[in-house]
Amino acid sequence: MTPARFKNANLETWEPFRHLSSLREEIDRLFDQPLSLFSAAQQFWLGGGWPTVDLYEDRDKLVVKVEVPGMKKEEIDISLHDGVLAITGERKVEEKYDKAETHRSERFVGRFHRALSLPVAVQADKTNATYQDGVLTITLPKAEEAEPKQIQVQAE
Amino acid sequence: MNHVQTQQQRSVTGTAQHENGQFQHGSPPVDIHETKDAYVLRAEMPGVRKDGLEITVEGSTLAILGRRADERLEGTVLHRESKGADYRRVFELDPTIDTTNIRARVEQGVVTVELPKAELVKPRRIKIAD
Repeated sequence: MTPARFKNANLETWEPFRHLSSLREEIDRLFDQPLSLFSAAQQFWLGGGWPTVDLYEDRDKLVVKVEVPGMKKEEIDISLHDGVLAITGERKVEEKYDKAETHRSERFVGRFHRALSLPVAVQADKTNATYQDGVLTITLPKAEEAEPKQIQVQAE
Repeated sequence: MNHVQTQQQRSVTGTAQHENGQFQHGSPPVDIHETKDAYVLRAEMPGVRKDGLEITVEGSTLAILGRRADERLEGTVLHRESKGADYRRVFELDPTIDTTNIRARVEQGVVTVELPKAELVKPRRIKIAD
């Protein structure tokens, strides 16, 4: 795998109906926190989505944390292509409750896709992912040329 | 008919903000299903394990509190969407729920609480005498 080229961290999401279902929740929130109205409205229109994605940078690695509870690890698909990390999958209604009467349905159901352009080159073959307590943690060691190096100034 | 009601007050949905700008408690999304014998409540609390979970029933009030067990990550935050807060949500239970037999479990960040219906309200077939 060739090292990823440098890109700005940029997140995309495609969940056309998600916002409709969370509209009521969002309105409730706006009334609860009048002072942060702007940021809440901004969040609502500008993105985010399900599942939430966090990106951390350490000296020698990038760490991505995705909160995607209630899945089986086989149902989550992670791919790294050309410096873009993509997390996809589908969360279904559990069969047990599929036929049951539902009084309240706030949890996300359906296909999801989150993509993230990594800001530095990483070693794709050393990437590792774990799924625990509904949190997916992906550790991507930086490519050697992307690690910070101290340069000695030579005296003449 | 709604036998498990979420409480409305803001103290209950936990949107009060901490001084450091983080939410003290997040309100987790919840599904409520009804089966023949029970109501099943499923709350989404990523990062919470069994020992971080506190479920209490006081009178007709059910409270679910989840404390995150996942460690904070080292390094610089480049992008963050998660709130990293603990979770709390309170429900008002209908008197037809048998509060002595509530059971709960947590699996991959989803808390399932089973609220059995009292024998008295379960559908019964009445035998007709000859």
